[in-house]
Amino acid sequence: MAFEGAAHTFGDDVNTDYITPSDYFGQSYEEIATHLFEPIDPGFFERFEPGDVVVAGENFGSGSSRETAPKTLKVAGVSAVVAESFARLFYRNGIAIGLPVVTCPGVTAIVSGGDEVSLDLERRTFTNETTDETRDTEPMPAEIRSIFDAGGLLAHYEQHPDGLVLD
Amino acid sequence: MGQTMAEALLANASGTDHVSPGDHVVCEVDLTMTQDIHTPGVVHLLEEMGVSELHDASSLVVVLDHVGPSHTVNNADEKVGIRAFVRDHPDAHFYDVGTGISHEVLPEKGHVRPGELIVGTDSHTVSHGAFGAASTGIGDTDMAYALATGQAWFRVPETIEFVVAGSFGDRVSAKDLLLHIAGEFGTDVARYKAIEFRGPTVEALPIDDRITLTNMSIELGAKFGFTPVDDVVTDYVEARTDEPFEVFHAEDATYSESHRIDVSDLEPQVALPHDVGNVHPISDVDPVEVDQVFLGSCTNGKFEDLAAAAAILDGHEVAPMTRFIVTPASREIYGRAERAGIIRTFTDAGATVTNSTCGACPGLGMGVIGEGERCLAAQNRNFRGRMGHNDSEIYLASPETAAATAITGRVTDPREV
Repeated sequence: MAFEGAAHTFGDDVNTDYITPSDYFGQSYEEIATHLFEPIDPGFFERFEPGDVVVAGENFGSGSSRETAPKTLKVAGVSAVVAESFARLFYRNGIAIGLPVVTCPGVTAIVSGGDEVSLDLERRTFTNETTDETRDTEPMPAEIRSIFDAGGLLAHYEQHPDGLVLD
Repeated sequence: MGQTMAEALLANASGTDHVSPGDHVVCEVDLTMTQDIHTPGVVHLLEEMGVSELHDASSLVVVLDHVGPSHTVNNADEKVGIRAFVRDHPDAHFYDVGTGISHEVLPEKGHVRPGELIVGTDSHTVSHGAFGAASTGIGDTDMAYALATGQAWFRVPETIEFVVAGSFGDRVSAKDLLLHIAGEFGTDVARYKAIEFRGPTVEALPIDDRITLTNMSIELGAKFGFTPVDDVVTDYVEARTDEPFEVFHAEDATYSESHRIDVSDLEPQVALPHDVGNVHPISDVDPVEVDQVFLGSCTNGKFEDLAAAAAILDGHEVAPMTRFIVTPASREIYGRAERAGIIRTFTDAGATVTNSTCGACPGLGMGVIGEGERCLAAQNRNFRGRMGHNDSEIYLASPETAAATAITGRVTDPREV
């Protein structure tokens, strides 16, 4: 799997309330998507194009267990979230719904907002196409890769209705 | 070979003798919890999976705690759907609006036991580590999967320990300790890890205060938070359930980090906007005016929290132009507080006491704050916009500091009133 798109950059500790504010709970994912990152980047949705990549610092997705955060990013068309590190619940939810959540130490040092970036999940590389700088990404644990590769937990369940099988 | 609480509990839940940090295991889940915010999504996913019969409906507890009573038609309609789902699964346990916040209701109603693996669609499900359970939050999809199959996967976490010694000073409490840790060690000190809070100071705490520590473990990034499993815990559990349970302890464990803290000189702590880790001792905090004070949530709406605040408020009045909202974490706590005269103390002072709900904390109920407003809250998070307008501010502190601040209308050291 490989992706290419414009980067939208964020700092450390972007929590789930910042990704999908609770004011819009109960509305459709498409509607909530128009409010993505509203508390910290109110113009995000206007600048965003489906296929773009979210690039962030440490501890992305801290806070709530709400799957609304990764789900809305996916529904909006974010192709991947690349971060220095992730909060565990966001990472876990990303795997469960099949949103590429990629840990890439040093990524924030080589990307500015608007740069064209590419991501190759197989080669485990992240490249800033604008500046031609590359960083290695961390591998997704093999045991849960099969869940992600199936497209998420629901698709995995269709293939293995008798229970969870980890590689 | 030694094992931490997380290792012992995940080994047990996955049917193996021994697991190590970094292992991925498939576990049988003992208890599942969904609250009103996430039940509709879980129900929708179960339909998508074609699952009409749950793996074990009797292990599911549904609690309507985040928004209640409903204040919009949309929210009321969501609850109509939740109640229909519960009717379709009569073995599931259901607690309707007003029973209380899930993390308090579950142990009160005897659903939480030492040794269990518990998952809930709320990040503060980590609270039940105070009862010796491996308990953590998951998303809707993981929950739908757990309800369909009885299973969830886990990566075995490293464990860090905080060994706490010394006696708390006057009007300093467990909340101050947790905020101090967040400020000193950072809000991702335990990312992907478990925490064990240990030592004589923790052992001396009542269960309510231990829950404050485990509850806010998620604010330190943790998957699980544990306090000691002793008679305080087993007496509580045995009074609430006849079901058997097995107690696990950490033995000869290997910790990835070990930190020692002495609380003897600890001051009341305050987390300034908009970061739980932006913590300062109260003597370094400007006595800024506040529009609202909130005492409640799964962190600090417990009986001991209300009692500590009422002891300070007794005989005083809430400052003019300051709203003091008090939300007991459960109906049972509300009743105990009423019988103890605590509710009367709050209302006599001019506080507004609400029904039991998450309410003001996630900005979903009574207590939303407007543009430019400032709230000092005895809760767990102060993210920008969490309690209302994006241009509002949340200060986090203890129940004691909340009571003192309600009296003066500005951020106030509880030792000075």
